[in-house]
Amino acid sequence: MNQVQFKQKHLLGLAELSKEEIELILSTAVPMKQIFTRSVKKVPVLRGKTVVNLFYEPSTRTRTSFEIAAKRLSADVINVTPSTSSISKGESLVDTAKTLEAMNSDIIVVRHKASGAPHFLARRASSPIINGGDGFHEHPSQALLDLFTIKEKKGDIKDLKIAIVGDILHSRVSRSDIIGIHKLGGEVRVVGPPTLIPKDIEKLGCSVYHRLEDALEGIDVIYCLRIQTERQTHKLFPSVTEYTRLYAINEARLKLAKKDAIVMHPGPMNRGIELSADVAYSDRSTITEQVTNGIAIRMAIFFLLLGGGRSVQEITD
Amino acid sequence: MIDRPIQSPEILMNNTDIERVLLRMSHEILEQKDHLNDLAFVGIKTRGEYLAHRFVSLVKGMGVRADFGTLDITLYRDDFDTLGDLTVGETDLLFDVAGKRIILVDDVLHSGRTIRAALDQIIDFGRPAKIELACLVDRGGRELPITANYVGQTYQISSDEYIQVRLSEVDGEDQVIGFSKDHRGAKGHKYFSHSRKDLNN
Repeated sequence: MNQVQFKQKHLLGLAELSKEEIELILSTAVPMKQIFTRSVKKVPVLRGKTVVNLFYEPSTRTRTSFEIAAKRLSADVINVTPSTSSISKGESLVDTAKTLEAMNSDIIVVRHKASGAPHFLARRASSPIINGGDGFHEHPSQALLDLFTIKEKKGDIKDLKIAIVGDILHSRVSRSDIIGIHKLGGEVRVVGPPTLIPKDIEKLGCSVYHRLEDALEGIDVIYCLRIQTERQTHKLFPSVTEYTRLYAINEARLKLAKKDAIVMHPGPMNRGIELSADVAYSDRSTITEQVTNGIAIRMAIFFLLLGGGRSVQEITD
Repeated sequence: MIDRPIQSPEILMNNTDIERVLLRMSHEILEQKDHLNDLAFVGIKTRGEYLAHRFVSLVKGMGVRADFGTLDITLYRDDFDTLGDLTVGETDLLFDVAGKRIILVDDVLHSGRTIRAALDQIIDFGRPAKIELACLVDRGGRELPITANYVGQTYQISSDEYIQVRLSEVDGEDQVIGFSKDHRGAKGHKYFSHSRKDLNN
């Protein structure tokens, strides 16, 4: 029997979670994933609950994934997006959240361009807050689905060597992944041009490489990040072609890693830039599975935050 | 049938009793001749799983092949809001339930709410030909209109008394034990060392 209790009220980042809590989320996602193969892909556990997706930044896959996850648990889902709401009339984050709470929402998923926005909201709102990605800070649900995928493929994360390649600077996914992998005992190498590696990243406990070929030796998992052109205010590398020549994962470079190494990408992928098409669609790539696993992980998060892990009442049988 | 206060803790069934009762129930299940080619035993976790597994072996000994599956009903509970500390286990119904005669198996039948949840869950997998219920112990106290087709032993006990089924697969021995209300919640008692989920029949 799993004795771990999930004591968190919010899911703000991997930094706030203990190793045991991360493992509880991952193990709860296993039965959630089994639901996908049934004729009725829905369970009634969150019937009558309302989930609000409050997304201040564009997102298709994360928002849709949270939405499907909530619906498979029978919750109702409301999507609030800036262009169609009072946010465009200047309502503040807290006021928007308070308004949604007044409509009896039970949990709010928030994505915001400002790092720390979900934490700010968590201190002021009464319902549980899930961080759907905040600025350059964290993206916990993505990291959890990555950890789940690695665990599914490799059995255990302990002692695995994982290379994260590309735009570490702008990537909240990489920050959450690094924290999570370290908590579960894996080793992380970050690889990219110096301009895309944040200063002091070593303090998170990873080693830094600038030459991809040096970093790939003995690697179990290659994690490619998207080149986030929309976040670059000035050019951080000479050209996309040059980036691709030096850092794209292709068949030849994949051979430098372990024979059974897998290739991951959080999506959306710039095909041919971070990853060559032959690798992206090979059986070494887990990209589509990551999408499927994302739903299972988000179901586990909803389940645990909305009661599945709350403190215990006296036994009544 | 026991219809008197329980002397606590009282051993109501030992391993021989349980063995005989399961054998008798297997015979009763096979006496109903319909859908004998489509028989499946589905155990409700935790203890129902082991009982269902025993039924599969018992009917196999009588020449009838049956499918086996398990249910974890956590996601179908009606008391999700008031209970905490739930862990979701895995549900394994790897055979196609459509057209099957499913014998749902649980250790103790009490309020009937677990069975209601299990019925809902099975139906989400498909449309069985029929679902029947087999319980090792029926202790009364129903809160829903549910009854078992096959019962090992019936005890009419009061709501503050408690019956625990212990099975060798998880508990190291086969026993059915009754507790009076004085024993309820007796902390540190060896029979109460299980997780609360196990106590929730």
